[in-house]
Order: sequence, then structure tokens, then C-alpha cells
Amino acid sequence: MRNRIFYFLLITFFIFAFVIFYRGLDNSNLYTPKTDVKNIPEFSSETFFKKKPINSKDIFNKDRFYLFNIWASWCVPCRDEHPLLINLGKGKKIEIIGLNYKDDFNNAEKFINELGNPYSTILLDRNGTKAIEWGAFGVPETFLIYKNRIIKRYIGPLNPKLIKEIESYIK
Amino acid sequence: MKFLKFILAILIIFTFNISKADEIKIQNKITKNLRCLICQGQSVYDSDSEFAISLKLVVKNKIDEGFTEDQIYKFLTKKYGEWILYDPQFNKNTYFLWFLPLLIFLFGGAIISKKLINIKK
Repeated sequence: MRNRIFYFLLITFFIFAFVIFYRGLDNSNLYTPKTDVKNIPEFSSETFFKKKPINSKDIFNKDRFYLFNIWASWCVPCRDEHPLLINLGKGKKIEIIGLNYKDDFNNAEKFINELGNPYSTILLDRNGTKAIEWGAFGVPETFLIYKNRIIKRYIGPLNPKLIKEIESYIK
Repeated sequence: MKFLKFILAILIIFTFNISKADEIKIQNKITKNLRCLICQGQSVYDSDSEFAISLKLVVKNKIDEGFTEDQIYKFLTKKYGEWILYDPQFNKNTYFLWFLPLLIFLFGGAIISKKLINIKK
């Protein structure tokens, strides 16, 4: 009797362990942080071209949708998503704000001249501390904002599917 | 008088060094407890990724602003979730984690004491 209970427990344990590990196979081992940043963080920065000091309060103050895009000229996926941003900006339904992340000014300027400028304002983040205020940890990263609240956050480059999603929000 | 000034200067430099050293110590302690989100498995202290470099700077700035260790952890967990901390904080999600070793210890102790009582009998 005792032996039977032992075998039963052993088999249950192995089945339990198997199910746990099997399910774990599907999980991505890349962690995306669960951020609590729901409202846009307050920060001050400089504008890209004129180096004018600017506060976040003066940027997201209109009653419209904003797209906050963190980019850098050294970031290859940023190059891929750039035409999509330009197309999105043509619709005039949304204002696109850029945050130039840890970049060399000349390279960034070249990037904009070469590929076009979808941004109404570009802010500078020379040491990466402003991106941390947003809870971002890499480039590119994009935030959809309405009335000072972050509606949606996209980690990694945008693609046509995500652009469609953004368009359905701003309709 | 000159001698006094000399001593004073040395004292000032010395105390300044100590406070600076303390600051670096606490900064290292904090960054060793932070997980780098880009190169997962490395601490922010060990990592040289762009993210880790910026995060080190943020921690340093926060210390300069007078934030305590706990306040910095709170600030960062708000931005990145609890996972950024290597040392999980004590809250309702981690009660089980913290009490499990104690429970196992008590359970083992109970088994041993029961066996001992049986032997005595």
C-alpha cells in the first residue's frame, strides 16, 4: 500500500514537472518590463536643431494624438521604420515627436536629411537619462499619447501592421 | 598658523574623499542589485551596454539629489517593474518566496523531532 502511494506521488510529481517545463518552452525568454508609467513623465530637454531648452509640458499640450518615437542614427531598425513614420505624419492626424537617443549630432542630421523628417519636434537625449524616465530601455521605442496619457507602447520597430493599429486609434 | 592651515586642508580633503567614497560604494551596491534589461543575466554594474551606462548615470544623479537606496529602487521598479531588482522586495507577491525556506526548515524540524520522540519511546 505504502509503495503504491509512493509511486503515485512520484508519477504525479513527474507529470507536474513535465507540464511546467513543457509550457515553459513556449515562453519567450526575453523579458519586457511591466512598467507603471501611464502618464507622460515630466522632463526637460533641448531641441535638436536650435538647442533651445524645452519642457515636456510645452510639447504634449494640445488636444490631439501624439506619437513619441525614440530613435538614433546608429540604430538599424530605426532606418526601417522611418518611412512608415513619414507616411503616418503625412496624414496630419497625429503629431510625431522624436527623441534622439545617445547620438552624434552630425550623424543624426545626416539621417534626417537623407530619409526625411517626420517629426514636428526632435528632442535631444545625449546621455540616455531621459529615455529612462519613460521606462524605455532600447531603440526604437514608440509611445502613443493622448491627453498626457500613454495609450500604447511599442517596443522595437514599427511595422505596417502596427501602423494600421495606430491609425485605428486616431481615427 | 601655516601648519594649522595645512592640517585643515588635509582634513578637508580627507573628509571629502570619504564622503565621495561612500557615494561610490552605495552606487556600486545599487547597480549590482539591478538587472540589465538588454544583456539579461548581467547586472547593470557589470554591463557596458548603452542602457546600463545610462542607468548608472541615473543612479548617480539620484544619489546626488539625495535619494536613498530604497527610493531609487522604488523609482526604478515603477519604470521597469520588479524584475529589474535582483533582490526581490518583500510584498504580497513574494511572501511565499520569502517564507518557503522557513516553512521547509520547520517541516524538516518537525519530522526530526517526531523521529527522535519515537526513538526515545
